[in-house]
Amino acid sequence: MSEEKKEKKRLDLKRRSMPKQDEHERVKNFDEVALGYPVETAIEEARRCLQCKKPLCNQGCPVGIDIPGFIKFIVEGNFSAAVKRIKETNALPAICGRVCPQEEQCEKMCVLHNKKAPICIGRLERFVADWEAAQGKAEAPAMAAKTGRKVAVVGAGPAGITVANDLALLGHEVTIYEALHECGGVLLYGIPEFRLPKAIVRREVDYVRSLGVKIVTDFVVGKTRTVDKLLEEFDAMFVGSGAGLPWFMEIPGENLNGVFSANEYLTRVNLMRGFRFPEFDTPVKRPSRVAVVGGGNVAMDSARTAVRLGADEVHLVYRRSKAELPARAEEVENAEEEGVIFDLLTLPIGLIGDEHGWLRELECLRMELGEPDASGRRKPIPVKGSNFRVPFEALVMAIGNGPNPLIPMTTPGLTLNKKGGIQTEEATGQTSRPDIWAGGDIVRGAATVISAMGDGRVAAAAIHRYLLGK
Amino acid sequence: MYRIIERRMIVPNLHEFIVEAPAVAESVKPGNFVIVRPDDAGERIPLSVADWDASAGTVTSIFMQVGGSTAKLARLKPGAAVPTFAGPLGKETEIGAFGTVLCVGGCYGIGSIYPIARALKEAGNTVITLLEARSSYLLYWEDKLAAVSDKLIIVTRDGTKGAKGHIDRIPELLQRAGAVPDRVIVNGCTFQLMRTAEITKPLGWKTIVNMNPIMIDGTGMCGVCRLSVAGKMKFACVDGPDFDGHEIDWDEFLARRKTYNPEEVDPLRRSSCRSHF
Ligand SMILES: Cc1cc2nc3c(=O)[nH]c(=O)nc-3n(C[C@H](O)[C@H](O)[C@H](O)COP(=O)(O)OP(=O)(O)OC[C@H]3O[C@@H](n4cnc5c(N)ncnc54)[C@H](O)[C@@H]3O)c2cc1C
Ligand SMILES: Cc1cc2nc3c(=O)[nH]c(=O)nc-3n(C[C@H](O)[C@H](O)[C@H](O)COP(=O)(O)OP(=O)(O)OC[C@H]3O[C@@H](n4cnc5c(N)ncnc54)[C@H](O)[C@@H]3O)c2cc1C
Ligand code: SF4
Ligand code: SF4
Ligand code: FES
Repeated sequence: MSEEKKEKKRLDLKRRSMPKQDEHERVKNFDEVALGYPVETAIEEARRCLQCKKPLCNQGCPVGIDIPGFIKFIVEGNFSAAVKRIKETNALPAICGRVCPQEEQCEKMCVLHNKKAPICIGRLERFVADWEAAQGKAEAPAMAAKTGRKVAVVGAGPAGITVANDLALLGHEVTIYEALHECGGVLLYGIPEFRLPKAIVRREVDYVRSLGVKIVTDFVVGKTRTVDKLLEEFDAMFVGSGAGLPWFMEIPGENLNGVFSANEYLTRVNLMRGFRFPEFDTPVKRPSRVAVVGGGNVAMDSARTAVRLGADEVHLVYRRSKAELPARAEEVENAEEEGVIFDLLTLPIGLIGDEHGWLRELECLRMELGEPDASGRRKPIPVKGSNFRVPFEALVMAIGNGPNPLIPMTTPGLTLNKKGGIQTEEATGQTSRPDIWAGGDIVRGAATVISAMGDGRVAAAAIHRYLLGK
Repeated sequence: MYRIIERRMIVPNLHEFIVEAPAVAESVKPGNFVIVRPDDAGERIPLSVADWDASAGTVTSIFMQVGGSTAKLARLKPGAAVPTFAGPLGKETEIGAFGTVLCVGGCYGIGSIYPIARALKEAGNTVITLLEARSSYLLYWEDKLAAVSDKLIIVTRDGTKGAKGHIDRIPELLQRAGAVPDRVIVNGCTFQLMRTAEITKPLGWKTIVNMNPIMIDGTGMCGVCRLSVAGKMKFACVDGPDFDGHEIDWDEFLARRKTYNPEEVDPLRRSSCRSHF
């Protein structure tokens, strides 16, 4: 047998699937869909890893987790060592394991990717994080001696939480200011319970609090107190205020009743628990025909939420084709299984209401794919005269969010980038103001949880250096 | 938690609500609002700020009991606490040396126009304050407002105090006072905002209205508070709540406010008693 043949024989190319809630059941509840690996499956999956001498997977991870390292511990059944290894670089593995676009990151770089069988890194990461949570108390990390330096963090999203975590471990006194009444940012108000249980987000926030981080909710920086006023009390500041400005399409009828931004729709359900109205006071509409415009994670989350709120028909209206859907593949599959209808190559051009101002119909154009554009995706072009109308009672705009302008608007001397976000120096996250750092969606525009955390990590290190030199 | 210093009904169905919130009291300006959650299951509802005391760290609002959330607030007693009290939110009302300013207040707006009139007076304006109510027993804070106004005009629907009638009499009452306002600022219920803007439009009086759409976060994140101003989409919580009343699409605004009536308002009208329907 040649060397190559031997190699092939040894390769286990069967990605272990993760059990899921049955699709007929799950559309009736908001419980988590993916159920996580049982121990045996996790070990089987971990055994597939080749433990590459020069692994590429790490390079696909924005925070550079030692992937073969933690996987090896799983093979050995030493789950606590596995978590510890991950937590050296990623404070929120239970969250990343669930929501990272792994197929675009770590798993894309895995050597087994070209055999169409990359290791299920995210699932393994989730497995060990959940294992740790099930053990009860997480092991307390070593904390540096107090430095007496004070840092303010704006926003309790993944970027802010990461910065707070890192700086607290380094001995600094950290206070997080959060505008809403609960922490987590998009993890809490945007991503639904069925994809990321809020108990996990609360657990992570509690953990950061246990490190001595002070958290002040209902505090809108720029309004309750300005950045400059806060800096009289603090030695440095990190801004992680996110991309909380919903975009609309600027087509007629967007202010009709029954038209929601995805942020409104998801906030009512997630943060305000509107799905349990009237037990919780915030109402949410339960229409029978719902259109969701967009093709990313936000659109999938909105469509699947509409299904769970009892809609008879939920249409996802997207102007390109299936191949270009920016959402995670797993979520597209879940949405399809749950009965979401994909109206692809379809462009909304107007919303038509009744005499009382309620949405009744959506007018669309059919599209066809032309030449690739700057992003490399084939550009959708409207087909002339292909207008058609479809009746809907509700429509959710899930076409994206821009950076929240509140801080830039109220803080002099902050240079902005092309997207209207805060400009930073890439290697450090430092802004045009020497005592202010920024990261996450307020810098990148709508990006990902892990990139927000990566920014937080980089900024925390830079802030630490700055504080030591001070 | 934010401690309630006072919550009392000052006139039928309108409550004075004083809350300990030092950080808000320290930064608040006339025209700002706060977001309040009555309890842990509660909605986030916006209330305009009617007064404050920075040294005591307290903030005062006047609220009307209309639906479930304001009913919950109305049941709270001094000494109790609310879990959320965030602010100050929204842009402050523009205060300048305008000349003569007509401040119009009705309903809860009698309260929230007060700090605006006070600031305008301090800025050297001639302040004419006009309060509108259905009847004299619904008026409050007249003394406070008189103290910061050059002239206080009262209009009641039933004529039990001041002039009889409603907001439509503004031009005539002002003429009688011998004044032409350089600016009109209105705080109160939506109908009053709209009606005042309609009346002042042909007269060419610049009219600022303090809008009150449905809100959730109050930070520009959800977009539920959007309205059309001069044909452009604006978010009341960050671009407003003050806008030029002559530029607002009022039909759209009124319709949007009714979005949740089927869920929230209609059940209130139902009764378990069989002699009702
Ligand atoms: C519905 C939805 C689904 C998504 N799904 C995925 C996914 O599957 N995978 C993935 O990787 N990414 C996903 N994303 C993107 C991801 O959630 C974001 O990129 C990430 O949360 C950004 O983190 P952040 O910390 O920069 O900001 P955010 O999470 O937006 O947090 C910002 C926080 O700052 C607070 N804040 C804002 N302004 C102020 C102020 N002035 N004062 C005080 N506090 C303030 C906000 O209230 C918020 O809590 C999704 C986004 C949405 C909306
Ligand atoms: C910037 C701003 C400032 C405000 N200031 C005050 C104030 O100082 N005092 C005061 O009494 N009220 C004020 N309001 C209105 C107040 O927020 C609503 O009356 C309150 O949210 C109603 O809640 P509810 O549950 O009691 O009634 P609901 O059951 O929610 O609704 C009852 C009725 O009120 C309307 N409504 C619902 N939500 C709102 C809302 N957020 N804003 C306006 N109308 C609504 C509905 O269309 C319905 O007709 C303000 C609103 C805004 C946006
Ligand atoms: S954090 Fe995300 S990208 Fe990094 S290893 Fe985990 S799943 Fe992959
Ligand atoms: S590249 Fe793939 S196979 Fe190699 S170490 Fe990383 S996860 Fe394992
Ligand atoms: S209240 Fe949510 S954007 Fe204004």
